[in-house]
Amino acid sequence: MNIFEGLLSISRRKSPWLYCLNAGSCNGCDIEIAATISPRYDPEQVGALRQGSPKHADILLVTGPLTLRTQDALRDIWGQIARPKAVVAIGSCPASGNVFAGSPTVVGSLDQVIPVDIYVPGCPPRPQAILQGCIHAARLLAEGKTHDQQATREGGR
Amino acid sequence: MNGWGGIGSALLLWPGLFGGAALAWLLVWIQRKLAARLQGRIGPPFYQPFFDFVKLLGKDTVVPAGVNRRLLFALPLISAVAATCALSLIPVPGNTMPSFPGDLIVLLYLLEMPALCEVLAGYSSRSLYGQVGSAREAILWLGYNLPFLAAVVSLAIQAKSLTLAALVAAPLGPVHLAAAAAFLCALPARLKRNPFSIPNAEQEIVAGPFTEYSGVPLACFELSHGLELVALASLFTVLFLPLANTSALRWLLYLLGSGALVGLITLVATATARLTVRHAFRFYWSWGACAAIVALMIAGMW
Repeated sequence: MNIFEGLLSISRRKSPWLYCLNAGSCNGCDIEIAATISPRYDPEQVGALRQGSPKHADILLVTGPLTLRTQDALRDIWGQIARPKAVVAIGSCPASGNVFAGSPTVVGSLDQVIPVDIYVPGCPPRPQAILQGCIHAARLLAEGKTHDQQATREGGR
Repeated sequence: MNGWGGIGSALLLWPGLFGGAALAWLLVWIQRKLAARLQGRIGPPFYQPFFDFVKLLGKDTVVPAGVNRRLLFALPLISAVAATCALSLIPVPGNTMPSFPGDLIVLLYLLEMPALCEVLAGYSSRSLYGQVGSAREAILWLGYNLPFLAAVVSLAIQAKSLTLAALVAAPLGPVHLAAAAAFLCALPARLKRNPFSIPNAEQEIVAGPFTEYSGVPLACFELSHGLELVALASLFTVLFLPLANTSALRWLLYLLGSGALVGLITLVATATARLTVRHAFRFYWSWGACAAIVALMIAGMW
């Protein structure tokens, strides 16, 4: 590992930029994300900023049980995020479908569509838990251990 | 040091690329930290802008379909190079760039380059948000340049010279007061801060002209913004603050002046909400024009 790679690894840990996507959520988790970026929990102190454009983001936060109508948009936006990238599933819905499991309008779990690195459980999760999930995802990015980074390595070599 | 060595060190070391970037990151941090404290937050640590920059350098660059790849990389590069050259011309303490007749005109042209590159970047990115952002930037450009250019031109009329060194050496008078007011009036729009954060209106038109930019080009644009901030703060301190006798005092005045100016802009930005293009344009062509006319009249009379 040369100096630039070391510096890059630290900066990936220190500067995770977030993009939030609602994939059919009941809005409960989105309200908790809004609370997470409020002054009380201030994610900017760990370098996290919410970005409006997916091309600027490092971490994709997904809420909701992933309805049939949102899955194409989700794949599209995931593809637009520049590598290296991480995916954090917020709440129980993207993990298991929660109370919507088995519904004909719901895909199922998020990892059937895109690789998920961190699951933040809860219905909805607390802001502290969401923030910790983002910090964990940033650490995975720094260590090169996200699913996307591993897939890129295996595909590239 | 003089000749080519002086020019090279002014471009690369101080106040050019490396020194300028370090000061830019410090000033950007002051902006973000002060805004956070005013909003009751803790705010980012001081190394945050530097790590943001390095992280963007290490990210992939997504080239949108139908966009010229060379243009995508060239525009941010031209913007950053122009901002570096502009910064190296300003006679801040420790600058080794030799002064030449007409360097004020070169400086003014170079200072316009980042805005021009931004407008072109938005239009060429094939993003609707980018085009809206570029159109807003182009309209605002016609607004904020009226007081900005009038401020600099009135000082040039007073000093009867187009050399920066002569403008800096001129004794402070009433024209400086009027010109400083016009300069300050134009500054928030030049830096795209509230209430004039109209072209890059975050969350409203996504990220304005930079919506489609990622990785190295985005890092380049961030760097050029930082350098532009340093250039404008430096220009303000050398033109409108008194010239100190000793070198140490000059450094102190320069750093404190830049910090205070950035603090003032952040204070205004945190306390205000975004205006519409129409209101901003009207502001510049009424109050901005008033400040410009007063500055020019004082310069012509004294």
